[in-house]
Amino acid sequence: MNTIFLYNFSGLALFAIGLHGLIRSSHLLRKILAANLMSSGIFLVMIVGAYGTDNGMIDPVPHAMVLTGIVVSVSTTAVALVLVCLVQETTNRVLLLQKKKRARGERTDA
Amino acid sequence: MNPVMAFFDIILVLALPWLGWRLLASPDLFRAVVLFMSLGLLMSLTWVRLHAPDVALAEAAIGAGLTGALFLSALRRLERLQNSERRLDDAEKREEERQIPPEKRRRAKPVAYGLALLLLVVFMLLLGWSLLKTPVSPGGLGPEVAVQMGRTGVQSQVTAVLLNFRGYDTLLEVMVLFLAALGVWSLTRVGQPLQEEVSGPVLASLVRMLVPLMIIVAGYLVWIGSSRAGGAFQGGAVLAAAGVLLLLANATVVRQIPSTLLRCALVLGPLLFLLSAIACMSIGGNLLEYPRQSAGAWILLIESVTAFSIGVTLAALYAGGRPFEPSALEETSGESSAGDGEEGEGK
Repeated sequence: MNTIFLYNFSGLALFAIGLHGLIRSSHLLRKILAANLMSSGIFLVMIVGAYGTDNGMIDPVPHAMVLTGIVVSVSTTAVALVLVCLVQETTNRVLLLQKKKRARGERTDA
Repeated sequence: MNPVMAFFDIILVLALPWLGWRLLASPDLFRAVVLFMSLGLLMSLTWVRLHAPDVALAEAAIGAGLTGALFLSALRRLERLQNSERRLDDAEKREEERQIPPEKRRRAKPVAYGLALLLLVVFMLLLGWSLLKTPVSPGGLGPEVAVQMGRTGVQSQVTAVLLNFRGYDTLLEVMVLFLAALGVWSLTRVGQPLQEEVSGPVLASLVRMLVPLMIIVAGYLVWIGSSRAGGAFQGGAVLAAAGVLLLLANATVVRQIPSTLLRCALVLGPLLFLLSAIACMSIGGNLLEYPRQSAGAWILLIESVTAFSIGVTLAALYAGGRPFEPSALEETSGESSAGDGEEGEGK
């Protein structure tokens, strides 16, 4: 029970950090990283759910779902990264943007 | 509980969010990506700890390895674009700063940020609370799966769920991967093969040794998937890693694959999966309800073909665009050689 609580907490924290990063960071690449963190957090919670069954039996269904999730998240990441490169290519506006601006804060609408 | 194990758990549990935080906070993007990859490796360690070896394999190969490679190549492409357009960008920035006085932005920010943070915390507390309240059914679907295992034709429970019980799920997943490749291909084209980035002899010989080994490992993973951890996705990911290595080493073999052949390889897996799903219906079952006696053979066939396609698709995603048409390639290589000739004459 203890282990389950710990890992659940970790998954939740990862999700929270990812969500925070998604809102706060201005660089598009960092936003994609943050979204990946969120998905990792969700996977962790799901796998812990499969582990946390009392009689020591492992539930394979969440495992299969997480496998699917990993593949889907790599697909979306790939497309998103290409889109980021295109954004830079067409608007010339590299980032929502660089170091100076990040220190100053967010303009997610930029 | 075993104290050593508890210690290990605590370190792992703390390291994951800490790494996540560090990677989002680090000002250097390259470092963030490297931290992301190490986070992926720690995640796969966590999966092993939580008795999910299938997921651990997939995470190490896809989550940490391939996603990291994707990020790195995107980062390099961004930097290259940025360097070539630095001046324009600076001019634009200056203009922007003129339009919006910086102190105004600074003033507006803390309130909005604080509000967002508050919302985030409340949301997280609610999520945590609901997680605590979620009833845990003993065993989940594990007993159900164990009872039905005899009908699936495989011994690994995860493979049974992936390709038999929830086969449509996997079918759609393969389609998503295919769609991603389609999206990437319709958005961009692969840049010209860079002449200046000639790989060194060390990388070349390493690749020559590693690639055959990786192909064998991929085949093994697909084969063993029916009884233990492994399967189409893990095998495909290893195959893709071999492809990525070849691309990195700038092997001419990869560049010279005709794009028609590549397209066929991309389609093969999803098509065969779909056809076998329909074939199952025409035999008299439901969608993806394999005939009882030959279920194992069906699954192995589907797995090996999809693993091949998954490998090609993931490598194509890494290459990041529509391949060079052979005619275009010939043109440019002809041009460059012509250029070399001119230089020689000049000398």
